[in-house]
Amino acid sequence: MLSRVANCLYWMSRHIERAENTARLVDVNLQLLLDISNLDDSQLAAHWMPVIQSSGDEELFKTLHDRATGVSVTEFLVFQSDNPNSIFSAVGQARENARMVRDQITPELWEEINRLYLFLRSSDSRALWQRSPADFFQQVKSASLLIVGIVYATVSHNEGWHFMQLGKFIERADKITRILDVRHAIFPPRGAPTEVTQRDVLEWSAVLRSCTAWDAYKAIHGSEIQPQLVAEFLLMSEEFPRSVRFCVERFDAALRSISGVTARRFSNEAEQLSGRLLAELQFGTMGEFLDQHGLHDFLDLLQVRFNAIGVAVFDAYISQPFYSVEDEVMVQQEMQQQQ
Amino acid sequence: MTPPEFLAPYSTPGIYDEMFDADGSVRPEYRRFSEEFARLNRTEFDARRNDVDVAFMRQGVTFNVYGDSQGTERIFPFDLVPRIIAAKEWEHIAAGLTQRITALNLFLHDIYHEQHILKDGTIPPFYVLSGKHFRREFVNFAVPRDIYIHICGSDLIRDADGTWMVLEDNGRCPSGVSYVMENRRAMKRTFHSIFENVGVRPVEHYTQELRTMLEYIAPQGMSEPTVVLLTPGVHNSAYFEHTYLARQMGVEIVEGRDLVVRDARVFMRTTKGLKPVHVIYRRLDDDFLDPTVFRRDSVLGVPGLIHAYRAGNVSLANSIGTGIADDKVIYRFVPEMIKYYLDQDPILPNVPTYLASEEADKAYMVDNLDKLVVKAANESGGYGMLMGPMASKKEREDFRAAILADPRNYIGQPMISLSSHPTHENGKFEGRHVDLRPFILYGEKIVIVPGGLTRVALRKGSLVVNSSQGGGSKDTWVLNGNE
Repeated sequence: MLSRVANCLYWMSRHIERAENTARLVDVNLQLLLDISNLDDSQLAAHWMPVIQSSGDEELFKTLHDRATGVSVTEFLVFQSDNPNSIFSAVGQARENARMVRDQITPELWEEINRLYLFLRSSDSRALWQRSPADFFQQVKSASLLIVGIVYATVSHNEGWHFMQLGKFIERADKITRILDVRHAIFPPRGAPTEVTQRDVLEWSAVLRSCTAWDAYKAIHGSEIQPQLVAEFLLMSEEFPRSVRFCVERFDAALRSISGVTARRFSNEAEQLSGRLLAELQFGTMGEFLDQHGLHDFLDLLQVRFNAIGVAVFDAYISQPFYSVEDEVMVQQEMQQQQ
Repeated sequence: MTPPEFLAPYSTPGIYDEMFDADGSVRPEYRRFSEEFARLNRTEFDARRNDVDVAFMRQGVTFNVYGDSQGTERIFPFDLVPRIIAAKEWEHIAAGLTQRITALNLFLHDIYHEQHILKDGTIPPFYVLSGKHFRREFVNFAVPRDIYIHICGSDLIRDADGTWMVLEDNGRCPSGVSYVMENRRAMKRTFHSIFENVGVRPVEHYTQELRTMLEYIAPQGMSEPTVVLLTPGVHNSAYFEHTYLARQMGVEIVEGRDLVVRDARVFMRTTKGLKPVHVIYRRLDDDFLDPTVFRRDSVLGVPGLIHAYRAGNVSLANSIGTGIADDKVIYRFVPEMIKYYLDQDPILPNVPTYLASEEADKAYMVDNLDKLVVKAANESGGYGMLMGPMASKKEREDFRAAILADPRNYIGQPMISLSSHPTHENGKFEGRHVDLRPFILYGEKIVIVPGGLTRVALRKGSLVVNSSQGGGSKDTWVLNGNE
């Protein structure tokens, strides 16, 4: 498989996953506001700023908006084309990557990505957004899930498919840690008495729902919402497809399918980093992680490690830098006469 | 036979209409279609039209609009009334095109080797040697299988009598064949029953034939060659077509940066290392192929590619230097080539052409700009063209100056009123001018997919059919029989 194609498939998949997770995050936090009434400006900002911080785009947000309100934050995360991580931008990039490898993906996959893109560009999407944000997010989430299904059911499970899996699960693992991090400030310190307020319950439920984990959590722990249990569930669950451990297992497997090297050894740095992380998650406990790092630092550390794995994948398989499209390239591409 | 009610005939004095004859009856080749089409009512027709547009947009069957930073893509407007050609007409066209591509390839071989046709004065050497696309670097170079133009798209028009004529040949990177296949797919979906009852020759085998041809020209002794399609990239107007053809052929689509040359061999960079490449269907201009040989500033090409090509380790389609054959000045001499190499009369005539480099022609051209179409010798896409009768005084003056300054670069032709065809615009059917671009493949044998791309000038009265100038397209049906 061409290195450039592998690169495109990887990023196409990552961007779709990114759009879906952002949709979940904003959706749940909008709904949460309905449950917490009477907030003044500073309380509103306190509600929204962590959401912005979780995406890592705080600086950019401040240059584009004066205040963190429901309107400015949602605009920033959903439609703003100046934000490279907004839903609009992420879908645009997914589609641009898909367009570059149209011959490698199935028509069904291309059409669904293109449909989502055209929807977000249309006036319909703005209108739907005004009328019912929940329905709008449902559209984005459904499209993403449909894409996951189409990829699973129509694309050959070959090398390219494994690159798509790799992108999807790295992105998802990263996003889970960011969603958890939104509420790290109210995570009880280790050993503190576990008194959970009504407000805490609402906020931690929101975290679960952002990862569509509410039902799965309840099936294990009943309806009692304990911050430690929520964090443990989203980090360590073996079975839930939106836990960090689950994602790491999947991307580790994808890496090994790409190289054909067994789980007992490694052939490049990406496999080494990923295998080591997986072992830690499999043979460590939540208590140890919290004792060593605390929740926020632990989440930070995970993000750093996902990033390092991403870089190592690039070095192992893509290696040549693919320049972003500069003006000269575009001009020359357009100059080629197609008679 | 009388025409269907909502597709009523219209008057087109002095113009050959494809569907209606002079007294308004439906021509024999359109009869069966017309009967079937009459069963549709207005509402059904509009609904289907809309379905097709939505499907094209969703599938991304689009071309890029240049000069638009938003990355705007447009669908190539598609008209649902097909252009129909009777079997006997098609046999005539196919014979003419076969004769023409044969002569063009013999001509290219000759001018890149012994140059007989220049030496004995049948074509003045000046015209070839001064051609922008004549590649003197490739004189005496033996191209694989002696084929220069592997893929040709020649544009055909019909004059007021309905006589088929060749307007131009496109022998570098002709485009549009993906629309032939996508239009057919859309028609089959939309007018499934009409389709079944009329008896239309298929076009879907084009990509298989293309791949067979590309494998045929592989370097000698290569039994299972790796073929790739080299695209300029996602910003090129025809990018959709490039991905479409690669996908249908089951070959990789590559950009210049995906390829490297080692020891005069071409490889593509894959996740498993370098993989050899043997045949390149390139959709790049000659100038950009290799920055070490042609334009140094090319960022789309592959350094060392020409070296590998010269060493015989990789084949290119089309070959380098074919552009001289579709130079509009050289076009003027194609009938002479046919006579010279094949000792035959041309089956499909040229449009009469004046060369500004000839003193008498130049004098006539500058005095009659209001009657002529003037074209730059090496432009395409409807650019660099003056439609004299419609042009403003200022435009004619500009062209007069340009012709006098650089006569080698201009030709003049009488304005031919292209044939018209019922086309749906603004809620009704009216005649719009059409041309036809068949696609010819030259490999072990010559293959012409029945029909081709019918392009239609959607603006009333316009004679310019290019997509960049407001043109659309139609499906083209070659019938199994004559009606």
